[in-house]
Amino acid sequence: MRSFWQNAVRIFGPIGLTYISITVGAWLLFMILIPQLIMIDFSMRPLLPLRKIGGPEDIWTLRNYMVLFTNELHRAIFLKTIWSSIIVTSVALAICYPISFYLAKVTRGARLGWLMIGLIIPYWINELLRLFAWQLILADAGILNKLLMLLGFIAEPLNFRAGNSAVIVGMAYAYILFMVFPLYNAMESLDRNQLDAARDLGSSWLRIHWRIVVPHAKPGIAVGCIMTFMLAAGSIAAPQLLGSPSSFWFTEVIYTNFETANWNQGAAYATVLALLCLVFIFVMLRVFRVSLKELAQ
Amino acid sequence: MSHDVDIDHVSMRYPGSQRFAVTDVHVRIKPGEFFSFLGPSGCGKTTLLRLVAGFIEPTQGEIRIDGKDMRGIGPNKRPTAMIFQNLALFPLMTVAENIAFGLEVRGVSAAKRRKRAEALLELVDLPGMAAKKVSDLSGGQRQRVAIARALAVEPAVLLLDEPLSALDLKLRQHMRSELRKIQRRTGVTFIYITHDQGEALNMSDRVGVMSEKGQLEQVAAPDVLYNEPATIFVADFVGENNAFRVSVREQVGDWAVLETPFGMLKGRNPQGLTSGRRATAFVRPEAISVVENSAAADNFVPCTVENLSFEGAFITVVLKAAGDQSFVMRQNNDGSAPRLKAGAKVQIGFRADNTLLLTNGEQSGA
Ligand SMILES: Nc1ncnc2c1ncn2[C@@H]1O[C@H](COP(=O)(O)OP(=O)(O)O)[C@@H](O)[C@H]1O
Ligand SMILES: [Mg+2]
Repeated sequence: MRSFWQNAVRIFGPIGLTYISITVGAWLLFMILIPQLIMIDFSMRPLLPLRKIGGPEDIWTLRNYMVLFTNELHRAIFLKTIWSSIIVTSVALAICYPISFYLAKVTRGARLGWLMIGLIIPYWINELLRLFAWQLILADAGILNKLLMLLGFIAEPLNFRAGNSAVIVGMAYAYILFMVFPLYNAMESLDRNQLDAARDLGSSWLRIHWRIVVPHAKPGIAVGCIMTFMLAAGSIAAPQLLGSPSSFWFTEVIYTNFETANWNQGAAYATVLALLCLVFIFVMLRVFRVSLKELAQ
Repeated sequence: MSHDVDIDHVSMRYPGSQRFAVTDVHVRIKPGEFFSFLGPSGCGKTTLLRLVAGFIEPTQGEIRIDGKDMRGIGPNKRPTAMIFQNLALFPLMTVAENIAFGLEVRGVSAAKRRKRAEALLELVDLPGMAAKKVSDLSGGQRQRVAIARALAVEPAVLLLDEPLSALDLKLRQHMRSELRKIQRRTGVTFIYITHDQGEALNMSDRVGVMSEKGQLEQVAAPDVLYNEPATIFVADFVGENNAFRVSVREQVGDWAVLETPFGMLKGRNPQGLTSGRRATAFVRPEAISVVENSAAADNFVPCTVENLSFEGAFITVVLKAAGDQSFVMRQNNDGSAPRLKAGAKVQIGFRADNTLLLTNGEQSGA
């Protein structure tokens, strides 16, 4: 620890270091710590009429959290959100693994550059516009239905927007980059000769991936899954624009609570969502046997 | 088990590349032979080895292993195993897992794999290392693990891509004899590529020398390669040589009388060059000595001593003859040779059969 500060002084100088410490400290305190604490405080208090706030009934309680267990609809939405986010993450992983491998280990040179640009360009467009585009693609009279009918696969338009499929497709697409880049980064550093060596020793491609590529890319896979899951679970635009009117995402429940002035309930659910993401991180770290240190690299 | 490898007029041009990386290489490597390809960096050695391994397919020509055409057969289906220039060990596996990977692929049971890995570790002189991580090994130990991993699949042909280039000098010399020993013990055909002529001459049964153009210049046993280089490239590249331009005055059977700025010389003429031809003559530094008079040697050149460098067992002397021609002479430090001083005028002599006449191009005989 001492050498950390000594290093910092050497790099930034005493005045620079003081400035950095104060600004970073203030930012942490006012932008992160205090708002979070206020939220947690809110979440632990009952919803009271204005005149009773500060009164004897305004005590800390976990009642707002218990609602998640007693309100069956909310619980179902919460579980569905977890489950759907896991599906989004899996779909994104399934799509991005081959893309990343292709980018990292198969192409080189100019083609790699073009493919990268091709991947990034759609993200210059605002997320909402991209979601509207998906709405048009997946609509009853949308491009996809027309195409499928033209090719004779279906006679009647399919309702993609019933249930969650449209939301899952839209999100998997929206978060592809967050999956591709950690995977690409991790695979990039794999020595091609290792792939050749495994092949030379008689290995099939499937086993090469299972025994060489996946173990090497584990930290990247973990990061990609964590980012995608957190973005999916915390997303509100995609479920609102692509979900069917009768099916809700947990974020929408939180949003409604704040909208209807039940901030206490909203804060409690928001905290639950944050905890869920934290749990997911630790589950991923366990599943991939990756340490926090490896993640940071 | 060992197979022959027949490289039949093989050429290779990478897609998108203008020039051939390997040009019309033609050689048959015998079963159980230790064969080296020797050539400067970038001459296509790795390309040739990857062609044999099956990572790439020849643009022209055919590769046959044990008489079987290898076209269309992938590296995982060929009876070859390759040791990569950077070894390419799997860092996330233990030593035993590395060695047994080829067996794991073939569905061998864990118990058998373990036994085989231990036997192979014994073979490469690394007993008891099975559970170690690759990153805990020294350079030489990694080398041995890579060899064991390749031998585990019982290849008929082992392909080695400059495997010793990353080691320090002493370890390199030790590993040379180790490799040779392993090759004799297993009887596997070794195809070894290197830019280090010491390595190639020291270990191999036969050596194929490749030029920058990716052509095979000469295939011969190490001593033949050194004593009877067939081309100017080989004479230049293998060992040290004094080269000087001459023109043929007279062809006398297998010999020729040569005209040079420093007088008439006599040399061997394996290419049968006729009178009037321009050519290059070669004489090795160790074939030159200081002589008292012209009767003491076939060839005789007056020189001035330019400088001397003492190297322990021998002394390297640089001399200058007429026409600004330099000669390098190697004297043994055994007291038999006269002690020279820079600036001294001396006569050097060398035998006609140590003087080799070569030319590039149209002449046959190579
Ligand atoms: N994958 C490749 N694509 C295009 N050209 C290559 C490739 N690999 C090697 N080359 C070229 O082929 C030539 C021979 O290379 P290489 O076989 O690696 O030589 P060496 O192993 O003798 O140093 C070089 O000019 C090199 O630039
Ligand atoms: Mg090479």
